[in-house]
Amino acid sequence: MIASVRNMIPAMGPIKGAKIFWILALLTSVFFYIEGKGLFPKWMFKIPRKSQLPIKKYFSSFMEWLVEDANFGFFTFKEMTRSFSWLLDVPLSFSTSLLSTGFLEGQGSQAVQILPPLSWIAVIAVVIAMGHYARDWKLAAFIGGCFLYLAVFGQWDSAMVTLASIVIAVPFGVIGGLFLAIAAYRSPTFEKCISPVLDLMQTIPVFAYLVPILFLFGFGPVAAMIATIIYAMPPMTRIAIMSLKGVPGELSDFGNMAGCTKRQLMWKVLVPSATSGLMVGVNQVIMLSLNMVIIASMIGAGGLGYDVLSSLRRLDIGGGLEAGVGIVVLAIALDRLSQAFATRPDPIHSDIPQTLIRRHPWTVTVTIIAIVTLVLGLVIPPIQSYPGVMELGVGTSLAEFVKWININYFDTLEGYKTFVLVYFMVPVKLVLLKMPWAWTILLLSVAAWQLGGVRLLALTLSLCLFILATGMWEKAMITVYLCGVSVIIACVFGIPIGIVAAENQRFGRIAQVMIDTLQTLPSFVYLIPVVMLFRVGDFSALVAVVLYAIAPAVRYATHGIQQIPPALIEAGVTSGCTKRQLLFKIKLPLALPEILLGLNQTIMLALSMLVITALVGTRDLGQEVYIALTKADTGRGLVAGLSIAFIAIIADRMIAAGSKKAKQRLGLG
Amino acid sequence: MNSSVKLSCRGVWKIFGSGAEDFLQKHNNKPSSHDLKNAHLVGGVRDANIDIHSGEIFVIMGLSGSGKSTLVRCLSRLIEPTGGEILFDGQDLLKASDKEMIEIRRHKMGMVFQHFALLPHLTVLGNVAFPLEVQGISKEKREQQAQSIIELVGLKGKESFYPRELSGGQQQRVGIARSLAVEPEIWFLDEPFSALDPLIRREMQDEFIRLQNVLKKTIVFITHDFEEAIRLADRIAIMKDGKIIQIGTPEELVINPATSYVAEFTQHIPRAKVLTAGLLKAAFDSSVETAGTLPHDAIIADVADQVEKSDKPFAITGPEGTPIGLLTREMVLDVLVGREVVL
Ligand SMILES: Nc1ncnc2c1ncn2[C@@H]1O[C@H](COP(=O)(O)OP(=O)(O)O)[C@@H](O)[C@H]1O
Ligand SMILES: [Mg+2]
Repeated sequence: MIASVRNMIPAMGPIKGAKIFWILALLTSVFFYIEGKGLFPKWMFKIPRKSQLPIKKYFSSFMEWLVEDANFGFFTFKEMTRSFSWLLDVPLSFSTSLLSTGFLEGQGSQAVQILPPLSWIAVIAVVIAMGHYARDWKLAAFIGGCFLYLAVFGQWDSAMVTLASIVIAVPFGVIGGLFLAIAAYRSPTFEKCISPVLDLMQTIPVFAYLVPILFLFGFGPVAAMIATIIYAMPPMTRIAIMSLKGVPGELSDFGNMAGCTKRQLMWKVLVPSATSGLMVGVNQVIMLSLNMVIIASMIGAGGLGYDVLSSLRRLDIGGGLEAGVGIVVLAIALDRLSQAFATRPDPIHSDIPQTLIRRHPWTVTVTIIAIVTLVLGLVIPPIQSYPGVMELGVGTSLAEFVKWININYFDTLEGYKTFVLVYFMVPVKLVLLKMPWAWTILLLSVAAWQLGGVRLLALTLSLCLFILATGMWEKAMITVYLCGVSVIIACVFGIPIGIVAAENQRFGRIAQVMIDTLQTLPSFVYLIPVVMLFRVGDFSALVAVVLYAIAPAVRYATHGIQQIPPALIEAGVTSGCTKRQLLFKIKLPLALPEILLGLNQTIMLALSMLVITALVGTRDLGQEVYIALTKADTGRGLVAGLSIAFIAIIADRMIAAGSKKAKQRLGLG
Repeated sequence: MNSSVKLSCRGVWKIFGSGAEDFLQKHNNKPSSHDLKNAHLVGGVRDANIDIHSGEIFVIMGLSGSGKSTLVRCLSRLIEPTGGEILFDGQDLLKASDKEMIEIRRHKMGMVFQHFALLPHLTVLGNVAFPLEVQGISKEKREQQAQSIIELVGLKGKESFYPRELSGGQQQRVGIARSLAVEPEIWFLDEPFSALDPLIRREMQDEFIRLQNVLKKTIVFITHDFEEAIRLADRIAIMKDGKIIQIGTPEELVINPATSYVAEFTQHIPRAKVLTAGLLKAAFDSSVETAGTLPHDAIIADVADQVEKSDKPFAITGPEGTPIGLLTREMVLDVLVGREVVL
């Protein structure tokens, strides 16, 4: 990261003194690197345990106090968490019964099914109906096909468990986010309070959420559900605040003039007028919930995520791939469906008098199908659940295929891996680890000061000191190294792809589809092929992170080029630029602020993915969180999680400041 | 005259920025532009005093950013004024509770917006019935009432359409119908025709005049178009930088612009369209033979044909119907060709 910051500085403008400083700094760093660690005392690289601040302990004892002793007068904290669990457990068991287990009477193994779950035919009918309602027959067929795939390829049961969680998590996330947004819309003070919390929640890596939740709510589907909701709510809140604020002032003026009460104004005027924005939020909540439900299999959510996780642990290549493809299919189906709802054409008037059946054709059809298959299913079991004998298992053939690749291309793959490791990853790692922390913090502070003045300097310094004082410095440097190399590679591939996509329409469309698909996939999925081809280690992590984080690099580069006013390009053409000159002298400089924003997003995604790659054996902060998770050690998990969030915040603020400077310099407002 | 004042505002200020109220008090309710600038505040409305009479069309005219929207929103208290008082039927609106304000707006006020402000998820019928819906009136009753207003504004047959299926002019008709649904006593229109094409604008102005002839509402009409103001207004207030510079009938503004700023608007307006026979008349002389009589408030342009055709002058009758002066062909011609006229 330091390297990338360093590269940015000269581009920032004609600061002569600054240039000299950075050249000297570079020379000094090279000197430190060559001389090695011997130059400094040991504590310059690792703070001894006894001088570390015992923040982990504080967190842990605070959590213990919460669970054991906290009492708010009318109720204890434990009672509060219990009632939360209960509140979620009721709808969750209902939806699980409906989609997966059927409604049971009695406990455990003596349970008797009194009503079977919805038949697979009925579920497919429901999604087809939703597809047609949201757009057209083409989408309906596509969604139906996706679900049919799940049935035919033996993923149905797990997929329904996953779906049952999503069906409950999404309304909670959407409604919770909307209510927070409404409160923020009404009270600017409240908005000021939650805005930094939302920022932090979006940068804290997902695993770090899981640790305290595991501690408070125990292992199980409800804890997983809570993690999912907490994870998916911040973006909904943010989008909802934006959509409410985006409602034209005239509309709220009108509402007031019509004599609306505050509540009428909100629910009859503002919320309906903001629907299209809110639906974008709903799509986000669905996709984030899916992502999290898969990850939360680590704290007890069953379903497809659990299948992947246990396959990875057993190194069962075929099983992992099958479940992974199942997740991909489910993700794409849910994404297309919810996007279709978000962009549904507005209603058109109709003059035909409406009967119940005419008005709700799909509700009626689906209800009939559900009842008929329920009754018939009692007599003919294949109608109730897809017959096992007709299932196609692709697990073994997939495993064979991977084996075949590994046998025939082992040398090639290994060659790439070694090359990148030896000539790129290891050197970067060594550079970062060989710098004493004081020097690194000094350089970061100077960069912060140049980019954003005293405030950014203070922020950077205090966040760095937190990481240092909690004894996380070395692991943080490994995180920075992994994140840095991944981001560099993502940009080296992503930005040129984005530029070509902006210049060439056909290529642009193909790139668009690929990027969209990459972005809908839950992060967990990326681990599967990577582990299979490269086994565990830093390189596997690198590949997974690059795949996950490349999308914004491409997307922002494309957008950056496309948003350049045509007049400027015409000016370039008429003054006789060649295509090359046009690109390098006009387009790229003007697209720079956007490209920097893309870089920012790429870093954020890379950090969030990095934590998940702890599963494939990295040794960074992610691993720290992962270990904390397996030990339910809240203090350790939170400190490591916060350290990652702080790295993200430092990177984010610096790049934002850089992008702003670049924009000002270009006079782009 | 005072008894018929419907809405009046006294010393109303709206200052944007933090600490506006303290600032206003500190400067004794009379801060200058200079004071405002030094305190980094924006004077949206500065010391506005107007009386709006029952049944008149009161136009507020000014260029964009002059504070018209802010003033009209102060009058309905959509924006909380920083200082002053607003009397509606003698009651100070600024002292009314939230609940009272809701009641007043539900039953006595209506407003039309520049960009229509229609609710996208409701049909024409739903939009027009909306103000009745929030009052809790039953669906059947409110739709019946809405239906009759939709017919009044000429949108019969479009009840089940959604706003985006309509043209701009039709959308504003919905906005007008909706604001009339509660039969308001005072009707605010904030640049209602500014977003429309010139031809449609003209048509809507005619429609507006026709409606007012039927309804006889008390109207506050905002525009940035001086010609529109002249066409529609009984009286006009000219605003600049948040201040009201001059209030008067179109004729008064044209004849006696208070500042060169007002004069700039009025100088391009053909006098014949503004001057009335009563103002132009020569002294009455009963010995002169006349061609007929004309009322004192007849606009010259409207009677020019008639006067010009006859070689005898016309007698001008006053408010009581008695002759008060004479109007000759020469006088009308002077006005028409734009010669300097002595009044
Ligand atoms: N909420 C606000 N905050 C700060 N300034 C405002 C606000 N609303 C309006 N203004 C300023 O007040 C002045 C008058 O605005 P407005 O009443 O909308 O003008 P008009 O309707 O005549 O075009 C403008 O200079 C505008 O920038
Ligand atoms: Mg305005």
